[in-house]
Amino acid sequence: MTPLLSVQGITKRYGAHIGCADVSFELFPGEVMGIVGESGSGKSTLLNCLAGHVRPDTGAVIFDTRADGPRDTVTMSEPERRMLGRTDWAFVHQNARDGLRMGVSAGGNVGERLMAVGARHYGDIRDTATDWLERVEVDAARIDDRPTTFSGGMQQRLQIARNLVTGPRLVFMDEPTGGLDVSVQARLLDLLRGLVRDMGLSAIIVTHDLAVVRLLADRLMVMKSGRVVEAGLTDQVLDDPQHAYSQLLVSSVLQV
Amino acid sequence: MTQYNFAYLDEQTKRMIRRAILKGLAIPGYQVPFASREMPMPYGWGTGGVQVSAAILTPEDRFKVIDQGADDTTNAVSIRTFFERTAGVATTTATSDASVIQTRHRIPEEPLTEKQILVYQVPIPEPLRFLEPRESETRKMHALEEYGLMHVKLYEDISRHGHIATSYAYPVTVEGRFVMDPSPIPKFDNPKLGDMAAIQLFGAGREQRIYALPPYTKVVSLDFDDHPFEASKADHPCGLCGAEESYLDEVIIDDAGGRMFVCSDTDYCERRQAAGHVGKLGGKDAA
Ligand SMILES: Nc1ncnc2c1ncn2[C@@H]1O[C@H](COP(=O)(O)OP(=O)(O)OP(=O)(O)O)[C@@H](O)[C@H]1O
Ligand SMILES: [Mg+2]
Ligand SMILES: [Zn+2]
Repeated sequence: MTPLLSVQGITKRYGAHIGCADVSFELFPGEVMGIVGESGSGKSTLLNCLAGHVRPDTGAVIFDTRADGPRDTVTMSEPERRMLGRTDWAFVHQNARDGLRMGVSAGGNVGERLMAVGARHYGDIRDTATDWLERVEVDAARIDDRPTTFSGGMQQRLQIARNLVTGPRLVFMDEPTGGLDVSVQARLLDLLRGLVRDMGLSAIIVTHDLAVVRLLADRLMVMKSGRVVEAGLTDQVLDDPQHAYSQLLVSSVLQV
Repeated sequence: MTQYNFAYLDEQTKRMIRRAILKGLAIPGYQVPFASREMPMPYGWGTGGVQVSAAILTPEDRFKVIDQGADDTTNAVSIRTFFERTAGVATTTATSDASVIQTRHRIPEEPLTEKQILVYQVPIPEPLRFLEPRESETRKMHALEEYGLMHVKLYEDISRHGHIATSYAYPVTVEGRFVMDPSPIPKFDNPKLGDMAAIQLFGAGREQRIYALPPYTKVVSLDFDDHPFEASKADHPCGLCGAEESYLDEVIIDDAGGRMFVCSDTDYCERRQAAGHVGKLGGKDAA
């Protein structure tokens, strides 16, 4: 089986400082990979390298494209990479404001990706937006309201709808439940789990929260100081961590 | 007026502007940056258009200035006077007699010819500005033809008003490539942009951009399949000349708040009246 994503030796430095170093892994279709690690361990840097937001210093990110099979997204042209960014890839930001257009209605936010790939029938776009709002449990009557009038949890669900509407194959998420109340987090996690299963999505989820990976991730990578110190099946890593740092991480000491 | 070079700007500046114009003509709809100069008038007065006119005028030209369709507003008069003084060119109010027409907010009703140039004053040249304030990003969007946002804008219009409510500065696609802001002309004028015999030049002074449509360029107004573009106007004939097909302004005609619709293109209206066309209120208002 061809991996959907094959990450080979990704390194990104900020000057002399290491963002992430020599990260390699494969992600297969339908798989969810969790990335955990303390603040500053390089999770976001790695995710941004994979999603084409940051150019790594070395390494390759081979994505199995629909049209041409496996391609290195680091070296492909910017137009091609941006096209992937609004079709086959989705990116869910921790802060919904970074992933939404706050001056545009909920319907317009969801419809943007459709229009970006050529949808030109207003009625159809609106129907699809309505459908997606319902799928993420936002009242469809709010379709013409701006996200500024939404709660944090609603904004995050809207961001998810806006990203998934074009049926991407790979979703990048950076702390998707961060900054939300615990009860709101739980509901969002349930929703994400349902969507991932129903759509057969592949995903890479960065988080501080071990409960999030326990619920969503098939496999887990533990990062420390920019490097992957342990990787394996989620339950295995969480229940029987091998690396001293992973042990510390799963022990109550770091689980604040 | 010997203290000025012909048409105020020095020759080097004019050459720089002409290069921007030629580049604009070579890449229809593409916004060419240029080093805008201070002009002896405020920005709101169309310094972009004035600089373009200054760069293309020759002593043989006959110059016309229209502001919202009229030749006699303060803005139109002062720009016309500026070039009478600094270039000594002949001026006219007759569309068909002019070789260069500088305009704000309208395209003349009378079809233009290959012997004419239409210069638009542009306040905001960037059609994507409404939803994407970052210049670095809009430039990239143009380069990569990422124009989905333009339809988001129209989508928002329909969701809010039930139809595309944008009625001025209605965005167009030029030759199937660049999305362009046609300046704040009414969308009624949009169909005239395409396939026009005259050269069309757009100058934005404060924003330092020039763009252009060479003659007979394909220009298409953006829309949705189920909300097609419509070049609408007030559904009346002109009260003065009876014209059915011209763009109309609503004007107050007496102290009692009486109103009537008249051609916004005053030259067009006067010509029709001179040729004997009379609208319903033509006689009454003629005094
Ligand atoms: N733009 C930048 N310029 C310089 N250094 C950076 C930049 N972004 C990140 N870093 C550094 O790279 C390292 C990894 O940062 P990164 O943001 O990837 O960590 P993280 O694991 O996502 O942390 P957090 O959990 O706090 O979000 C840190 O030491 C950080 O200070
Ligand atoms: Mg981070
Ligand atoms: Zn008239």
